[in-house]
Amino acid sequence: MEVFIDIALLTLLCITAMAVVHIRKLFCAIMLLGIFSLLSASMFVNMDAVDVAFTEAAVGTGISTILLLLGMSLTNTREKRPHYQPLFSLVVVSITGAVLVYGTMDLPAYGDPNASIHHHVAQRYIKQSPLEVGPPNMVTSVLASYRGYDTLGETAVILTAGMALVALLGMRRRKVLPMSSSSGCGDYHDMKDHLVLRIMAKIFIPLILLFALYVQFHGDYGPGGGFQAGVIFASGIILYALIFGLEAAMKVVGYPVLRVLAACGLLLYGGVGVACMALGGNFLDYNALAHDPLHGQHLGIFLIELGVGVTVFAIMVIMFYAFASRRGHTA
Amino acid sequence: MNWVGHYNYWVVIFLMMSGFYVVISRGNMIKKLLGLNIFSTSVFLLYISMGKIHGGTAPILTDNPNQVYSNPLPHVLILTAIVVGVATTAVGLALVVRIQERYGTIEEDEIRAKDDSL
Amino acid sequence: MIHLPVALVVIPLLGAAVCVLFRRSFIAWTVALAAAWSGFAISILIAVYIMKIGTLSYSIGGWPPPWGIAYHIDYLNSFVLLIVSGIAAVVMPYARTSVNYEIEEDSQAYFYCLLLICLAGLLGITVTGDAFNMYVFLELSSLSSYALIGMGKRRRALTAAYQYLVMGTIGATFLLIGIGLLYNLTGTLNIHDLAHQLAVNNIIGSHNRTLLTAFAFIIVGLSLKLALFPLHLWLPNAYTYAPSVATIFLASTATKVAVYMLLRFCFTILSGGFIFKLTLGKILLIPALAAILIASMVAIFQYDIKRMLAYSSVAQIGYMILGISLATPLGLSAGILHLFNHALMKGLLFMVMGAVNYRIGAVYLNDFRGLGRTMPWTMAAFVVGGMSLMGIPLTAGFISKWYLVQAALEKGWWPVAALILIGSLLAVIYIWRVVETAYFNPAQEMEAESSGEAPLSLLLPMWLLVLANIYFGIDSSIPVELAGRAATLLLGGAS
Repeated sequence: MEVFIDIALLTLLCITAMAVVHIRKLFCAIMLLGIFSLLSASMFVNMDAVDVAFTEAAVGTGISTILLLLGMSLTNTREKRPHYQPLFSLVVVSITGAVLVYGTMDLPAYGDPNASIHHHVAQRYIKQSPLEVGPPNMVTSVLASYRGYDTLGETAVILTAGMALVALLGMRRRKVLPMSSSSGCGDYHDMKDHLVLRIMAKIFIPLILLFALYVQFHGDYGPGGGFQAGVIFASGIILYALIFGLEAAMKVVGYPVLRVLAACGLLLYGGVGVACMALGGNFLDYNALAHDPLHGQHLGIFLIELGVGVTVFAIMVIMFYAFASRRGHTA
Repeated sequence: MNWVGHYNYWVVIFLMMSGFYVVISRGNMIKKLLGLNIFSTSVFLLYISMGKIHGGTAPILTDNPNQVYSNPLPHVLILTAIVVGVATTAVGLALVVRIQERYGTIEEDEIRAKDDSL
Repeated sequence: MIHLPVALVVIPLLGAAVCVLFRRSFIAWTVALAAAWSGFAISILIAVYIMKIGTLSYSIGGWPPPWGIAYHIDYLNSFVLLIVSGIAAVVMPYARTSVNYEIEEDSQAYFYCLLLICLAGLLGITVTGDAFNMYVFLELSSLSSYALIGMGKRRRALTAAYQYLVMGTIGATFLLIGIGLLYNLTGTLNIHDLAHQLAVNNIIGSHNRTLLTAFAFIIVGLSLKLALFPLHLWLPNAYTYAPSVATIFLASTATKVAVYMLLRFCFTILSGGFIFKLTLGKILLIPALAAILIASMVAIFQYDIKRMLAYSSVAQIGYMILGISLATPLGLSAGILHLFNHALMKGLLFMVMGAVNYRIGAVYLNDFRGLGRTMPWTMAAFVVGGMSLMGIPLTAGFISKWYLVQAALEKGWWPVAALILIGSLLAVIYIWRVVETAYFNPAQEMEAESSGEAPLSLLLPMWLLVLANIYFGIDSSIPVELAGRAATLLLGGAS
């Protein structure tokens, strides 16, 4: 059964990729990329990587698609027909692909439990992490504790992207203009005049925010954690901005607040590390945080996941604001 | 050499190369970013394929003492890589939007023509 | 004391967050200055410690490697750390005036934030002993540099930043593929453990195809990042159109750290660089020589002097890779020494460019007319930097060129030594063009009135680098010692 799903998903992925290569209308290409992300997320579930699937669906399908659509709406909607022969590109791509295929020939077969990759470092994570660190979700243990430093780097990457966007695009308050662009929409000028959208948004947004909090705090026991939670929380705010207007959303959660939240999230993460140093351990050594190592680990993971979630939420909304407030701006 | 065992890897390599092809052969800047996304996502598929174990399950502790779990380390690496990928896309898009405003186009050959004519 | 390696990276990182918190440009600059100077002080302390003891390790999170991420510093690391943090410490005082002139008031705090993040990223790459951690911090420094370059005034800065983004991301993804394949072979990500696993399981000797592919991808990915000809296409535009401070910082540090990564992967993981000695050295020799000759020749024809210096950088990277590809102790230490000297040279030359831009507003060849009289200190600094670039004795550049030629002769490769000297001759040509215009052409009437010498805040850091160039040209014992020990360590295998 699994094999069937595997082959079906891979075939769909290939078709989608080929479609993205070929289609010139950018809106279609971007939506196809979203479908590609979603199919990849399904593929991840099939390969038992549930946390990764969750993140790919939230971040890859969700945020990437929103940002790409925003970018596209501010630029062109069609790609020009390429008029040159792409022979050189095909040659380069074929050579690279051939080298990769050559390289995989000495790899163990897909799914082989005797592969060397599973025997060295991973054994300790699987056997010991529930005893040493605590959470049943081994991915959270590794992400937040064993390799917590990579996660600090990753949070810094998100902060960098947000700050880069603000530095490059600026952030300006706009007069209220409808987010819906086409004026031939009949009787509706604003999205918020559309009754169905408004009522459903008001039902959904609190549920979305609640779900985000659930994902944040339940990340120890199931798939989830700071990244996914931050993105889902941000998507609630973005939905509000889409329906009720950017101006209204900026009144609820304005840019200054978000900027402070983003910085504080990273400072919280770093601060936990520094606190560990001050209490006698190494940087990010949570055992030092409490009298009992397991309690210390639990506290440490809780705090840093909070830091990550706050920064991710703030930066995602900042990125949306940066692009959305650019519409109607003349160079 | 195991044909069936490696089928997954080869399809993923094909996906990678189609993403790579879009990046190097297309001139539209947003299309290049799409290609970059496909390329990165396929690399993630490759990594996770390496961590899969037949008969295993997600690396979350269950009550079954004999349960085989998939390797959690590639999952952690890819979580980081996904976020890095979306950050890159965001910065790239910001640059594209600014380029559209300053040049009036996002096709590379038109931009090159405008730069050379100065 | 033991927490110093981590403090080195965490201070700029958290400093960047503080810059964002307080958006006033002056506060951001003060935080950046404090972070850069404390970083340099820490690097010096670490270097002193390494010279006595040899290695310094630190397990982050308390988890021992390979289950946790570990920092591991040896001679090579501490040398590169000195370079990166030193350049940052010198650039920060310079930055106040330059950034004030080139970047809008509202965006200056973001500029400093991104600069600090770039610094943290580069330091993080250098200090870490974990391959995937290297990738994360590489992406951190790359992302911030894309944004730093894109903040340049002219619109070509945006296309330059975009081109760098696309090429850089391809390079980083290739690196990721390579790391993934290496992980698959061994099951670990820690660099020293990788070396151990590859040796113990006899993977190297058995001509494992996956290993070869992994290294092919790693080397191509890193070549994109370090702008080795012909994958250097992003560099000239990026350096030319970025704001002055960004160019100074990136030109002196970013490519050096990429060379460091290459050394780590090829020598430490492959225990003694046997793959280099066999074939890779000869493969990399060709692009290195091509870079030296072709880039120097293209530099001669440039009218934008920043662009000329950017092409010169591509040539200098060729020298570094040339030294490394020789894979002998002398050649390797010459290449590593050139990392240091090039940072000093190019940092100085780009600082001159920033000062000229500040006074004149542009850096085309014609704008240099008569600057020998109106900006005497600045042009004198340019002359010293140019002499270092040409490899004239008594400057830092001479030392590394001398060692390179010696290393080539030691291997009996006369043509290579001749080509190195030809490269220096080409450098003479393109430096002389500027010197001649500055000193021997009369200034135009209007410019002579409006400009003057560069302000002190720009001159002092510049002349600090001038003195460093001259000092390390006369007494180069410390860098040579460090580079030599680093080379021996690399060729001897993982410690």
